[in-house]
Amino acid sequence: MFKGPVESKNEAAMSELVPEPRQKPVVPMKPTGINTNLLGYIGIDTIIEQMRKKTMKTGFDFNIMVVGQSGLGKSTLVNTLFKSQVSRKSSSWNREEKIPKTVEIKAIGHVIEEGGVKMKLTVIDTPGFGDQINNENCWEPIEKYINEQYEKFLKEEVNIARKKRIPDTRVHCCLYFISPTGHSLRPLDLEFMKHLSKVVNIIPVIAKADTMTLEEKTEFKQRVRKELEVNGIEFYPQKEFDEDLEDKTENDKIRQESMPFAVVGSDKEYQVNGKRVLGRKTPWGIIEVENLTHCEFALLRDFVIRTHLQDLKEVTHNIHYETYRAKRLNDNGGLPPMTVETEENHESNL
Amino acid sequence: MSKQQPAQFTNPETPGYVGFANLPNQVHRKSVKKGFEFTLMVVGESGLGKSTLINSLFLTDLYPERIIPGAAEKIERTVQIEASTVEIEERGVKLRLTVVDTPGYGDAINCRDCFKTIISYIDEQFERYLHDESGLNRRHIIDNRVHCCFYFISPFGHGLKPLDVEFMKAIHNKVNIVPVIAKADTLSLKERERLKKRILDEIEEHGIKIYHLPDAESDEDEDFKEQTRLLKASIPFCVVGSNQLIEAKGKKVRGRLYPWGVVEVENPEHNDFLKLRTMLITHMQDLQEVTQDLHYENFRSERLKRGGRKIEDEEVNKDQILLEKEAELRRMQEMIARMQAQMQMQRQAGEGDGGAVHGHHV
Repeated sequence: MFKGPVESKNEAAMSELVPEPRQKPVVPMKPTGINTNLLGYIGIDTIIEQMRKKTMKTGFDFNIMVVGQSGLGKSTLVNTLFKSQVSRKSSSWNREEKIPKTVEIKAIGHVIEEGGVKMKLTVIDTPGFGDQINNENCWEPIEKYINEQYEKFLKEEVNIARKKRIPDTRVHCCLYFISPTGHSLRPLDLEFMKHLSKVVNIIPVIAKADTMTLEEKTEFKQRVRKELEVNGIEFYPQKEFDEDLEDKTENDKIRQESMPFAVVGSDKEYQVNGKRVLGRKTPWGIIEVENLTHCEFALLRDFVIRTHLQDLKEVTHNIHYETYRAKRLNDNGGLPPMTVETEENHESNL
Repeated sequence: MSKQQPAQFTNPETPGYVGFANLPNQVHRKSVKKGFEFTLMVVGESGLGKSTLINSLFLTDLYPERIIPGAAEKIERTVQIEASTVEIEERGVKLRLTVVDTPGYGDAINCRDCFKTIISYIDEQFERYLHDESGLNRRHIIDNRVHCCFYFISPFGHGLKPLDVEFMKAIHNKVNIVPVIAKADTLSLKERERLKKRILDEIEEHGIKIYHLPDAESDEDEDFKEQTRLLKASIPFCVVGSNQLIEAKGKKVRGRLYPWGVVEVENPEHNDFLKLRTMLITHMQDLQEVTQDLHYENFRSERLKRGGRKIEDEEVNKDQILLEKEAELRRMQEMIARMQAQMQMQRQAGEGDGGAVHGHHV
């Protein structure tokens, strides 16, 4: 069972310069089905339980970045996703906050706990993106930030005495908010995704989807999907990283039918049919955020949190980070970047 | 006062009645025959609902074979000006309506040059009218000047964007601006109020002059005064456009059908569409007047002050001045070089060690 062209590409690039290819993190192998006649119960499957206990104790990091023009509901959506006020909305009308002149990167961390599992969630906001008259290269600060996180991780890794658990500030997932014009993508959307789909997992999301009727939504999604395909933009889940047939069919369905998710966010609750639901109240009805006939928020939530969270982290670590690392090693002549700083770190670690 | 004669000339009710009170009716009849001309410009980013709103306002389909370009094509495109004219007739009154669309506005990554095309279009129309007005044959002057500009503000933002502010400041002295927020079904009522207030505050903060509805005359009836008050209080208008007929509450209305309800275009509780339409219709005459008396006159006096010299002449003059200055600079540099050479020779002749370099640079 091979992982496809990615591994061989990396190996080819690195075998010329680095003698041994890195070991990929261990992934439990799927049973091959040959020796299924076990004479007794050994207990190998308890490893899953051990891993679970470990994860619960250590907790895990998740870093999500939101990118899009101001006013598209980014903060509200993140708050709705994690059912807590993890992102401060810039729509608090009392503040005199103006649109920043350049793109700023603001990372805010929270610890959320659920069912005994602790998650250190960091939400990275990018105010000022796409809001100026001249938006040329406004993605550069974002690209720089992402690469800086990879650099930080790399420096920790090549340390002689390194920490047991390297703090992971790398961006695992980037939600890109598309304005629901109903027509097509904007040139800025294309440029951004072209540049960044190679360094980070991008999940395109159609914001404020309550603007569109069902037909308009389907048409718009089709057009956006086609545009992304024509321009060679690989959003997450990328086709080339599907591990086996099972993944492929599941991801194909998501890629070709559901994505980009058309979402509506809200942190207000209303009474509908005797239940309290999150929604938006308008003179002509209440839009329920978690109702699949109204919008696809529930699909996005399940996708990002309930099914693909670990995969997002893995793809970031195994693919995007490795690509960055290979590039850095290549630039450095095949040697890990040993700088004076690393020695200082080494001393401070003692 | 005889009632037996079928009077051809209305008999005066009181002696001394001349009859020129009939003049407005004559004017009315003549203008109805002549028809009205109105040019409306719509400006705003793609996808804000401009075309749908225009079609809804005038109950027509102004863009029958429309192809919406993809993002990759939009990267290459610059702002275009597309004018479509439609003749609408209602109860014998003809209106020749020209809608000037500006596709490509706000689409590019760098929108620095977005409004140059639009401003030169507006100026061109003024220029043409000025030329016709000063010409010999003035019977059939066609008025293509832009009487009103609907500027579309995105309902998704938190107020005005930098581009909105810059554009409105550039044209508020040339055309009547009516700010409009389309796709208003994105917003709840509270959000709408907040957005309207925020926009009005920002407009005042930046000193943008939008079109102000004239107050009702004191001799108008109360209903009209009340209506004008309501209209003034609702600017900018939050509208929803649609030409689709939906079945709601037993009757067919124009609206948008969502899984959670129906938005009715002509329901004043749902959006300000009716108010916008009323404003446009009742103030069409006023919009034309302000264009003529204020914007056109401004343009005209500026133009004539420049003495008929067009803008290109000024640029040519600038080039000439530049050339002259460059020649002067060259002359001075030559002079300095000569002086330096002289000093060098003097030094070499005098001291004999050529080590001292003064190193003065002009």
